[in-house]
Amino acid sequence: MTEARRPAAAGSPGRIFWRQFRRNPLALAGGVLLALFYALALLAPFVAPYPQDELDRSRFYHPPQALHWKDAGGRLHLRPFVYATVPGPGTFEYREDRSREVPLRFFVRGSRYRLLGLVPSERHLFGVDPPARVDLLGTDPAGRDELSRLLFGAQVSLTVGLVGILISFTLGLLLGGVSGYLGGWVDGLIMRSSEVLLSIPGLYLIIALRSAFPASLPSWQVYLAIVAILALIGWAGLARVIRGMVLSIRRSDYVTAAEALGMSRTRIIVRHVLPNTLSFVIVAATVSVPGYILGEVFLSFLGVGVQEPSASWGNMLQQARSLTVLTDFPWLLYAPGVAIFLTVMAFNFLGDGLRDALDPRRLGAGRAG
Amino acid sequence: MPEPLLEVRDLIKHFPIRRGLFGREAGQVRAVDGVSFDVRQGEVLGLVGESGCGKTTTGRCILRLIEPDSGTVRFDGRDITRLPRRELRPLRRQMQVIFQDPYSSLNPRLTVGSMLGEALAIHGLARGAKARTRVAELLDLVGLSPDHARRYPHEFSGGQRQRIGVARALAVEPRLIVADEPVSALDVSIQAQIVNLLQELQRKMGLTYLFVAHDLSVVEHISDRVAVMVLGRIVELAGAEALYRAPRHPYTLSLLSAIPVPDPERRRSRIVLKGDVPSPAHPPTGCHFHPRCPIARERCSREEPALREVAPGHVSACHFAEELAEPGVLTRAPAVASQAPPVPPG
Ligand SMILES: Nc1ncnc2c1ncn2[C@@H]1O[C@H](COP(=O)(O)OP(=O)(O)OP(=O)(O)O)[C@@H](O)[C@H]1O
Ligand code: SF4
Ligand SMILES: [Mg+2]
Repeated sequence: MTEARRPAAAGSPGRIFWRQFRRNPLALAGGVLLALFYALALLAPFVAPYPQDELDRSRFYHPPQALHWKDAGGRLHLRPFVYATVPGPGTFEYREDRSREVPLRFFVRGSRYRLLGLVPSERHLFGVDPPARVDLLGTDPAGRDELSRLLFGAQVSLTVGLVGILISFTLGLLLGGVSGYLGGWVDGLIMRSSEVLLSIPGLYLIIALRSAFPASLPSWQVYLAIVAILALIGWAGLARVIRGMVLSIRRSDYVTAAEALGMSRTRIIVRHVLPNTLSFVIVAATVSVPGYILGEVFLSFLGVGVQEPSASWGNMLQQARSLTVLTDFPWLLYAPGVAIFLTVMAFNFLGDGLRDALDPRRLGAGRAG
Repeated sequence: MPEPLLEVRDLIKHFPIRRGLFGREAGQVRAVDGVSFDVRQGEVLGLVGESGCGKTTTGRCILRLIEPDSGTVRFDGRDITRLPRRELRPLRRQMQVIFQDPYSSLNPRLTVGSMLGEALAIHGLARGAKARTRVAELLDLVGLSPDHARRYPHEFSGGQRQRIGVARALAVEPRLIVADEPVSALDVSIQAQIVNLLQELQRKMGLTYLFVAHDLSVVEHISDRVAVMVLGRIVELAGAEALYRAPRHPYTLSLLSAIPVPDPERRRSRIVLKGDVPSPAHPPTGCHFHPRCPIARERCSREEPALREVAPGHVSACHFAEELAEPGVLTRAPAVASQAPPVPPG
């Protein structure tokens, strides 16, 4: 504590954060992967070769088609191609017809859509000349392109988490903050309600809440219902932590100093209390997104999630429920399974990295060490 | 004699001790238990006592950062104890506080400049370019450089942070500053620098200080008068010179004996108090100091000594204050171990 001692770190909290975060390759990779996934979800109608509900009755359970560069004669092609397939010999079995190469074309015309819900377009990133089809990840039991459904499903599954934390964190911050700052009976009431919520096993709570809504609803309503259910469960734990933080920040000397200066309570909360919960909130939000994604999977597994023909990772995974599907058509498991796995891991790695980089000791909230 | 700027009368603050699920009140911590004193305009009053005796609580009650249970605090002749919050706000400008812990007293997310700018903005003292000039002035005043304004608290050492805390208090041009152990958390080598800075500012700006410390050596040079506290009460209050030369309370004597003195001629016998510091939740009967007092007699546990004037301007709460004027009274007492190694008190 000598005057001469060199300060712990120089620069604004933002710069210290970035310097620290950059050193964590897993967290960086997680962040990049998620950025890619969200970009793909946003651009799904463009990246996906087909609409999510377009089906081909001649291609149920079609296995993934491999991309080739070299044809049967050993000649290299400039642009990748797939072989056309013909059904047989058994049901849901297909053979490659090595004589018919179907070249992949880029920026092709296809079905119409509105990009980002605004810009009308009929260009797709890639496709093949009809009537041939390309299903790089195979097709589902209804003959729909698994890749296209994965991309459209991402729109649901990846945003369930974001909208969910938006709601639950608003509730949690508000209720936790009020609870911690006001204390008294308000605090008692909020904390007792959160305890009740937390004491009911999560799965039963989800089912109970889901049963409050009609079993079949338009898909956007189901989406909202799922988000609302998960968010209603999610705020309780958060509110309790926020309350604890607010309590301790409130007692800190810099809040007392602000009071002594005559600052109003609202300004103290906005300027001194809430910003100091920020690091925690960012990390907690990041690591709680997977919970929502898995919540949607869980509800879809029970058949009360997002309804067909709309795609979600949950209802795609639901198609891979039975053992015969798992053994005969494993891509139905792999496609959504790998997507969910990667997303959940990416969020966790990102959350870990954020936690380390936002460590209050590094940002100097505690004793600069 | 100048008018008192601050008059504290019979200040009481008891904290409830809550236990169990429903927060049942299981007792009370008598943190401040009837404290009275004046601080005159332009004076430095030292307030000394061991950890937990209620110094911080006293200071915060005076500033209405904690609501006292009873008693009155008059600032500049005006009773502020029951003033509603809104009417209190303009008065906040005149009374400021400096904290003990240089780490928790600065918001880690604000630059020094915005922290000081905020203090200026609350009372509409300066904005924009004018505020920036004023921030630079304030930093200069406490011995920092103007470009420190762009930095965050974690970029400073403990002593520098304490200077920032001083600058924040000075931003609103207060008349009274409650300095709550402003150097206790600092290295000994830094302590003198901060005390000197505070003393210099006090002289230059005509400030009035209530200067809290847990040992007498810190306040010796800066204080005009010194008050000594034990378990929520003031036990002795006198001019600094008189208190150091002729203390009239055994507790003050024990504090003084703990100060290391380089000059062997002046060295006092070290008085080591026996027993633990009693809890303010269960203060002893009679004189709060009697379980540890080396000259305690039967009367002390029965009868509470009143604070009385034992010499002009010198008050003490000891039944036997007069006997302390006789030399060697403490060293004759059987309970005293002399010449023990110096250990800083509580
Ligand atoms: N908010 C509170 N609730 C309950 N008890 C408290 C509270 N604040 C202080 N106390 C108790 O009141 C007593 C006096 O505390 P205070 O902080 O005023 O002492 P202090 O003289 O400043 O001590 P230190 O030298 O450690 O700063 C202590 O026993 C403490 O535990
Ligand atoms: S009153 Fe008695 S116990 Fe208290 S300080 Fe004086 S002699 Fe000691
Ligand atoms: Mg204290």
